[in-house]
Amino acid sequence: MRRTNQIGWLFVAPVLLLVAFNALIPLMTVVNYSVQESFGDNVFFWSGLQWFEQLLNEDRFHAALGRQLMFTGIILAIELPLGVAIALCMPKKGPFVPVCLVLMALPLLIPWNVVGAMWNILALPEIGLLGYGLNAAGIDFNFTQSPVDAWITIVAMDVWHWTSLVVLLAFAGLSAIPDAYYQAARIDGASRWSVFRHIELPKMKRVLTIAVLLRFMDSFMIYTEISVLTGGGPGNATTLLSIDLVKKALGQFDLGPAAAMSLVYFLITLLVSWLFYTLMTRGEQ
Amino acid sequence: MTLELRQVALEVGGETHIHPTDLRLERGGFNILLGTTRAGKTTLMHLMAGLERPTAGQVWFEGRDVTGISVRRRNVAMVHQQFINYPSLSVFENIASPLRVARMARAEIDARVREAADLLKLTPMLGRRPDELSGGQQQRTAIARALVKDADLVLLDEPLANLDYKLREELREELPRLFEAKGAVVVYATTEPSEALLLAGHTATLHEGRVTGFGPTGALYRAPGDLLTAQVFSEPPINLGRVEKRGGRVALAQDGAALAEWDAPAALSEAADGTYTMGLRPHFVQPANGSGLPEVEGRVLVTELSGSESVAHFELAGQPWVSQAHGIHPFEVGLTARFALETARAFYFDGAGRRVGS
Repeated sequence: MRRTNQIGWLFVAPVLLLVAFNALIPLMTVVNYSVQESFGDNVFFWSGLQWFEQLLNEDRFHAALGRQLMFTGIILAIELPLGVAIALCMPKKGPFVPVCLVLMALPLLIPWNVVGAMWNILALPEIGLLGYGLNAAGIDFNFTQSPVDAWITIVAMDVWHWTSLVVLLAFAGLSAIPDAYYQAARIDGASRWSVFRHIELPKMKRVLTIAVLLRFMDSFMIYTEISVLTGGGPGNATTLLSIDLVKKALGQFDLGPAAAMSLVYFLITLLVSWLFYTLMTRGEQ
Repeated sequence: MTLELRQVALEVGGETHIHPTDLRLERGGFNILLGTTRAGKTTLMHLMAGLERPTAGQVWFEGRDVTGISVRRRNVAMVHQQFINYPSLSVFENIASPLRVARMARAEIDARVREAADLLKLTPMLGRRPDELSGGQQQRTAIARALVKDADLVLLDEPLANLDYKLREELREELPRLFEAKGAVVVYATTEPSEALLLAGHTATLHEGRVTGFGPTGALYRAPGDLLTAQVFSEPPINLGRVEKRGGRVALAQDGAALAEWDAPAALSEAADGTYTMGLRPHFVQPANGSGLPEVEGRVLVTELSGSESVAHFELAGQPWVSQAHGIHPFEVGLTARFALETARAFYFDGAGRRVGS
């Protein structure tokens, strides 16, 4: 027979209360809005799943979701291999380790809106070092007019801002590998590639799982930097999900559709995170 | 096969890790490196393997100078204290890995891996990954990897230290049998004198990067050449006392007063009069029983009773001493007790630490 100890609930009650206040209650408010039609003067009508149906059939939402997936896919494909590569190149011992770590951590310490503003100024074709430089070198570059240039700029900004996180995590994973593994590999005569494939990569697997999850979630919800840098433009070229959502909620004040979109957005993030986690930890106890 | 170190030394950043060392290790029987943690056992092994290059001296193998040759081009196998296997490969692939690098034929790899797995009782585990194995099985996998390679030099760096008691006993018995058939030079590092004695073969004692003594294990234990060797090769620690030798008599003295006195052995009576250091192993210090041996009195500090033996730590002439006796002897902590010294088994060391008569 299994005895359940009811007093346990008493001990977790404060945490449950806290979670209720800062997560569940706001979430329920959103659920509340998502099934109602709102007018001025606090007048609400029940509208059922209408907003959800509308959203899921909306081209605008499909386009934003597509751009979002493309953005996240591109930056994951760049930042993970690049981060691991940089971590492999970093010195493992000696006085340069702290220097490298601090240099790597610098972009992470800059507030998001500042990053957006920095890259905006940097990439401006008239005055920016990068934008002006490229144009001076004969490359036609204008992120305020060309969608391709805008995409290059936001991807470059995100890679600059967040690759460091992958580097730090991968470096932590690498530092945890005892020297004896490398000695054993040398004694076996293993190649550099096998050392990476059969020692370093499996030993980094856990931290890389964390890196993928963090980078997925952060990039999937990215707002501030892109909002400051391109504002979603030119046109809607860089209007990712969160930017679209804010336009809907604050720009048009469509509370119901925006709430429905928030929920769908949240569920997608949750689902994809769970998928990543399950796939990457498969085969472990 | 012979591995020879000729004046091999290692300095790192102005710090001497290994003092110039001469050592000649033969195949057949284990060559044991005995010393405490950080005595330089692992570093010496790295120098033997070619994982590190000595800053002075030469390493010779089979009459060939191999000093500058990297470990990749020597035929070396090593088992570490930690269980080192490729985490993502199956046990089979782990054991096969050195053979795959050597581009051996598939059928031969299969046969060799299965043979080694059979010897190490790993056959049912061949399809598993290392993290699905117990510690003992992980270390067996590492040992199998060293075994299949048919290496000329096998380095076992405290391979049993991280295993529990039972597994350690079991593997310690198997190891010599497994590797002796291979005809390699086998080097085994350990911190435990009892392990060295159990494995027999030859032993080199290490202290702070210096080989203090080398010889057949039993002989080195019975007749260490100097004080450091006797200290390294004793557990519990060997008892030390300052003795005065006058003519044919030896006295254990404190502040001019003799605590005990006895006839000097032949080797010592020929030496000059003066102060010597006596070394007496703990099992030659017994609870007094009126057998006529020189006796001393000491205050008991700590006692340890196991099923079959009693260990008493006591203070004698300001030095910590240990008595290790068969059977159960009730000592009262804090009280003085009398101990008999089997002085005929004592070592005497001169001012430079050399054993008198060695």
